[in-house]
Amino acid sequence: MDVMKKVPVREQDPKVRATNFDEVCLGYNKEEAMEEASRCLNCKNAQCVKACPVSIDIPGFISKVKDGDFEEAGYVIGESSSLPAICGRVCPQESQCEGKCIRGIKGEAVSIGKLERFVADYARENGIKPKKCETSNGRKVAVIGSGPAGLTCAGDLAKMGYDVTIFEALHEPGGVLVYGIPEFRLPKEDVVKKEIENVMSLGVKIETNVVIGKSVTIDELMDNEGFEAVFIGSGAGLPRFMGIPGETASGVYSANEYLTRSNLMKAFRDDYDTPINPGKKVAVVGGGNVAMDAARTALRLGADVHIVYRRSEEELPARVEEVHHAKEEGIVFDLLTNPTEILVDENGWVCGMKCIRMELGEPDESGRRSPVEIPGSEFTIDVDTVIMSLGTSPNPLISSTTEGLETNRRKCIVASEEDGKTSKEGVFAGGDAVTGAATVILAMGAGKAAAKGIDEYLRNK
Amino acid sequence: MYKILKAQNLASNIFLMDVEAKRVASAAQPGQFVIVKIDEKGERIPLTICDYDREKGTVTIVVQTIGASTVRMQKLKAGDSFRDFVGPLGKPSEFINEDPDSLKRKKILFVGGGLGTAPVYPQVKWLHEHGIDADVIVGAKTKDLVILEDEMEKVAGNLYITTDDGSYKRKGMVTEVIKDLVEKGNKYDVCVAIGPMIMMKFVCLLTKELGIPTIVSMNPIMVDGTGMCGACRLIVGDEVKFACVDGPEFDGHLVDFDQAMKRQNLYKTEEGRAMLREQEGDTHHGGCGSC
Ligand SMILES: Cc1cc2nc3c(=O)[nH]c(=O)nc-3n(C[C@H](O)[C@H](O)[C@H](O)COP(=O)(O)OP(=O)(O)OC[C@H]3O[C@@H](n4cnc5c(N)ncnc54)[C@H](O)[C@@H]3O)c2cc1C
Ligand code: FES
Repeated sequence: MDVMKKVPVREQDPKVRATNFDEVCLGYNKEEAMEEASRCLNCKNAQCVKACPVSIDIPGFISKVKDGDFEEAGYVIGESSSLPAICGRVCPQESQCEGKCIRGIKGEAVSIGKLERFVADYARENGIKPKKCETSNGRKVAVIGSGPAGLTCAGDLAKMGYDVTIFEALHEPGGVLVYGIPEFRLPKEDVVKKEIENVMSLGVKIETNVVIGKSVTIDELMDNEGFEAVFIGSGAGLPRFMGIPGETASGVYSANEYLTRSNLMKAFRDDYDTPINPGKKVAVVGGGNVAMDAARTALRLGADVHIVYRRSEEELPARVEEVHHAKEEGIVFDLLTNPTEILVDENGWVCGMKCIRMELGEPDESGRRSPVEIPGSEFTIDVDTVIMSLGTSPNPLISSTTEGLETNRRKCIVASEEDGKTSKEGVFAGGDAVTGAATVILAMGAGKAAAKGIDEYLRNK
Repeated sequence: MYKILKAQNLASNIFLMDVEAKRVASAAQPGQFVIVKIDEKGERIPLTICDYDREKGTVTIVVQTIGASTVRMQKLKAGDSFRDFVGPLGKPSEFINEDPDSLKRKKILFVGGGLGTAPVYPQVKWLHEHGIDADVIVGAKTKDLVILEDEMEKVAGNLYITTDDGSYKRKGMVTEVIKDLVEKGNKYDVCVAIGPMIMMKFVCLLTKELGIPTIVSMNPIMVDGTGMCGACRLIVGDEVKFACVDGPEFDGHLVDFDQAMKRQNLYKTEEGRAMLREQEGDTHHGGCGSC
């Protein structure tokens, strides 16, 4: 064994997986996990823990894995995270824990994400449940949204003895974990559902089909239903479009619509009623995780797929692993390319897309080099479907129906990073609703901080 | 689960249901809609709210069988349940926030085409309860498809019924009735037209000519109904709007109906298309989820 290298993880063959929705990465088995765990240097002043938004005791759980005590490893993670099987699969480890791993200086970082996933999968497969709080304090807290922020906040509050109800607008709990991220990256029945059941086993109630701001308002929850505090974890679900001609044509989707049809409504399965028109030649516009997911979903539904992105490969915001997987599966990357118009046939259907070539200019405020058009370089690509994946912003449904709740110019709810406090007494917020579209683990971190903030607020009330 | 308390056929292909949904019933306002999902494998079907009873906690929906899902829905009986029933969604009709005195001085004309009569009903009823009697035109293809006549009779000022084939009451299109009423000297401050897209389009062409501001209720393809997917986008004026959160009611003189009708064809399956061709081409109110 070469200690400088990660123990390789088994994956489905790219040719096979391009035609199915089963999980791509198969994960470690016991032996592989113990071997990988033995690469951990067990640093005293562990940098990886500092780079983890929920500060999991990483060397602590890895040393339990090394000893073969997987159950205890699960409890160590459980002290900081209630959704480890999910994080192990979707966190951008390369820019967080693994990015800071000392092993990574000379060789490859320890596969922290894969180990986390292994421990969580082991616990689930062996029926190990998280530890529950035995004494309830009977005080009611409402959590809006059942994505990672809401689930984490609810789980932590329940562990402290609060009576927590989550209100979810959709018919399934999970937020982006169920409607956005596809099955082949994050299995719904086996992983997401089970992890949500774990949160419920702590005593958290979930009421689906309740749109806060429409079915009931935050003020009504507090004034009429006895909730003493509210956490808003409503995400950033509103899709952006480019504003170019032809964008309302049939065959133009937001990534959210395409993914929701396939993931939440399970349109990829014949036995579900919701239709999807997958397209034969699909262009996905954008370069984030969402774009990769939409592209790889379209591919599995039988389409030829191109990613159209206006900057170069280096700037792709998606996780490295997703880009790598997408390429392996046969997705073509049209980089430094920007759409200018969607061409529409006489029936209102997409029949092509006009693009222009770009080059990188000076760095912008974010430090990324901003793309500029190359004059006269227009060309047309032959597509019948266009999926817009340009990012999302928070939904104004809640902010517009809650008096005294401050938002910023990007429609994000203003909340303290430290404890989630908003401008409205008793109301806390966190996750994408506050930051704009970000990551699962940051949303969890915010849910955690807010749970502490709510506890403190209610103790002093 | 959301229990069906009453299920009744209004016509061979139109049925009414009272559904137990306490939160929806207590918050519902005229102009809003719900999304219904029959069971685990069903699609999310947007349906306009036809009536609500806050005390009983029930919401009334009226559905036309269009595709596989609505046919499946018609088979459910009182005592059965829907897996999901969420709402109220969309913005309420604008007039409910208007100053009551200025509203009382207004003369309002409602036009309900086919199934569109159902969403017109709660608006007329609301006005009636607030002491305002509005004129109502109900149009249908044929006698069998005239729905909610008795209910409407009780809350409308004047009720005009017309059928395309003349099998009941007056013969002709709703636009002809509008023309007649105006020619006879009726002055309307606002018209609310709800029905098949093609009907709303022609009503709007006429009322624009007559100078009557007109509100229409759009029911494009939807998935979530909360602004998350953009499937429901429409062109209104020069802007792209999401019908589920910005609507469903819009200024009819600004809606691009031709674009909306093209988009509505997106998911018409071969089966659904055949069924539609047989019925009335493009002229149903949508909301079946499969069109
Ligand atoms: C396709 C896709 C792929 C992604 N891939 C990754 C990845 O690989 N790694 C990663 O770290 N991050 C990824 N992300 C980002 C990540 O999923 C989000 O940052 C994270 O889910 C945010 O969590 P949240 O709890 O704040 O919000 P969400 O997960 O968005 O959950 C919000 C919930 O609130 C509900 N809600 C909204 N409004 C209301 C209301 N008015 N009333 C009641 N309920 C309401 C919504 O229905 C939703 O269920 C991805 C996102 C997408 C869309
Ligand atoms: S139905 Fe999804 S945004 Fe309107």
